[in-house]
Amino acid sequence: MKKIFTVLVLLLAAATLFANGGGESDVIKIAVVGPHTGDLASYGIPTVKAAELVVADWNAKGGVLGRQIELVIEDDVCKPEVAANSAAKVVGEGVVAVIGHICSGATKSAMGIYNEANIPAISPSATNPPLTQSGDYPNFFRTIASDDAQAATDAEFVAKTLGLKKVAVLHDKQDYGKGFADFTVEALKGLGVETVLYEGITAGAVDYSAVLTKIANSDAEGIVFGGYHPEASKLVQQMSQMGLDIPFVSDDGVKDNTFIQVAGEYAEGVYASGPMDTSANPMSQKATADHKAKYGEDPGAFFINAYAATIALLNAIEKADSTDGLEIMKALRSNYVDTPLGSISFDEKGDAIGVGFAVYQVQNGAYVEL
Amino acid sequence: MKYFLQLVLAGLTKGSIYALIALGYTMVYGIIKLINFAHGEIYMIGAFTALIIGGALQITTGLPPLTILAISMAAAIFFSSGYGVTMEKIAYKPLRNAPRLTALISAIGMSLILQNYVLLAQTSDFLPFRSMIPNFPFLTPGKSLVTTTQLVILITTVVVMVLLTLLIKFTRIGKAMRATSQDKTMAQLVGIDINKVITFTFAVGSGTAAIGGVLIANHTGQINFYIGFLAGIKAFVAAVLGGIGSIPGAVLGSLVLGMTESFGAGYISSAYEDVFAFIILILILFFKPSGLLGRNEIEKV
Repeated sequence: MKKIFTVLVLLLAAATLFANGGGESDVIKIAVVGPHTGDLASYGIPTVKAAELVVADWNAKGGVLGRQIELVIEDDVCKPEVAANSAAKVVGEGVVAVIGHICSGATKSAMGIYNEANIPAISPSATNPPLTQSGDYPNFFRTIASDDAQAATDAEFVAKTLGLKKVAVLHDKQDYGKGFADFTVEALKGLGVETVLYEGITAGAVDYSAVLTKIANSDAEGIVFGGYHPEASKLVQQMSQMGLDIPFVSDDGVKDNTFIQVAGEYAEGVYASGPMDTSANPMSQKATADHKAKYGEDPGAFFINAYAATIALLNAIEKADSTDGLEIMKALRSNYVDTPLGSISFDEKGDAIGVGFAVYQVQNGAYVEL
Repeated sequence: MKYFLQLVLAGLTKGSIYALIALGYTMVYGIIKLINFAHGEIYMIGAFTALIIGGALQITTGLPPLTILAISMAAAIFFSSGYGVTMEKIAYKPLRNAPRLTALISAIGMSLILQNYVLLAQTSDFLPFRSMIPNFPFLTPGKSLVTTTQLVILITTVVVMVLLTLLIKFTRIGKAMRATSQDKTMAQLVGIDINKVITFTFAVGSGTAAIGGVLIANHTGQINFYIGFLAGIKAFVAAVLGGIGSIPGAVLGSLVLGMTESFGAGYISSAYEDVFAFIILILILFFKPSGLLGRNEIEKV
């Protein structure tokens, strides 16, 4: 009885192998993995739409390497434990590359599986720094700047453009703000700028005069703040009332029009970093227009990043003239490609070159890129 | 020395901000022994009323800023008192003879209802609140130790505290309030309409919250539906610190809290501001369980 069972299993396995082998020569399979249901579905679905739009364009022009492209779409609901299963499943389906995953945690748990199979993955949204910096995942790429890239941009701005030597760093004691503040302090140290004060403030508090008095009495020449706009607008207003007239530099949480609206005249001159503006890029305009034509609405989160990731991947397959993972990775690193994010390539670690943050300043009631 | 003075003033400002809210808290507690958790929301509604009325007046009329401030303050007091009294009738009066915990839960429910009501009826965004208090010419920004808004808040707190004390100590309704506070049944027996007294208490308590709401919004420059929560918690702590039920205690407790936070932030680290505030609370309650100026209640067995 046991023998018959083993034979049956072997036969079945062989049949599956043949079925796979038969399919591979016709189409090139690319996986798109991310949350497509659940709380975070709104982060994952735009990536599927972006990949579908790009692939439809390429397939209409004859595909890549003379073969049509087929998308294998898998839902990982942004959960690390589900992501590992999704990864094993798409590897089993014989995909040559992956667009995704979306969340940093899920990406981390899937990368090991892709790495063993030498399959490259390009994430449009996973910003966790160690994904690229640890060097654990040579097959990982991303078309979004990592969390610390923003801090590096701000630090360089403070040190080089503003030419400050001593700054006070404030944060709102929350994940995003404190993370930004910590990375900034680190980056500032490397540029020879001294952090004379490092303080956390309570979000939602009614008054920040004590900590501002402390800054006024230190020899800080500027303030770097990690956090969101409600606290930032209170801080700049109270700075102005105290007559504390030093540069105020902040992050993407403050680069929001609500900040200008709420802080009004006090917002003038404030610096904040945010992703580089791509709305003037013709490819980005085309991508958005295609999305509107097909779905009747504006694209969602990370759509442009996913659009760029798909183009970069297809381009690399064509340049590599192969569907071998290692060849594709080499091509991703060595070629520049035009995408809606501008002309991008990838560095040794997998971070996109040419994708990043810019510093903006409030001038006459609007953010202006510097 | 100048730094020390600046920190004292920062502490005073913070303290009087807490005090403006704590006064209403402590008054309601003093009369009906209810911790009105929705008090912070009444404060928030006061700020919203002033924003709407004041904004409309600024656009449609050319009235001087102080007149606009006065009108919107009056409107805020009126609306907040209305909300306070209605809230008492709906959520607390039916529970007057229920265990105190029941009324407390009802207060938390009321707080959530009001927050979400403003969230839905107004907006979830932060709204700018342009200062209605014109700068006093004798206070130059940056040069003087205090700003105009800080000075106004300080003075208002003292005035409100004195008026409330006078009201409770020397007026007829004040006497009735004290009687109700001591013994509701006995007060009714001697002919005091305790419903009227409690309604009046809620009206006055909510009115002071509205004054706080308007002045503090002027100071912070922004409001949203959630501002009442943190402010309410801090004011509650201040009221307990000073001895809940005592009017001067609320002010003293608020000032102690404000000063502690200010010195903690100034000399140690502002990241631990709240830690210092609560350490002080624990220390004081440890040695004086009824608060700084609270009366000891002797439990009769």
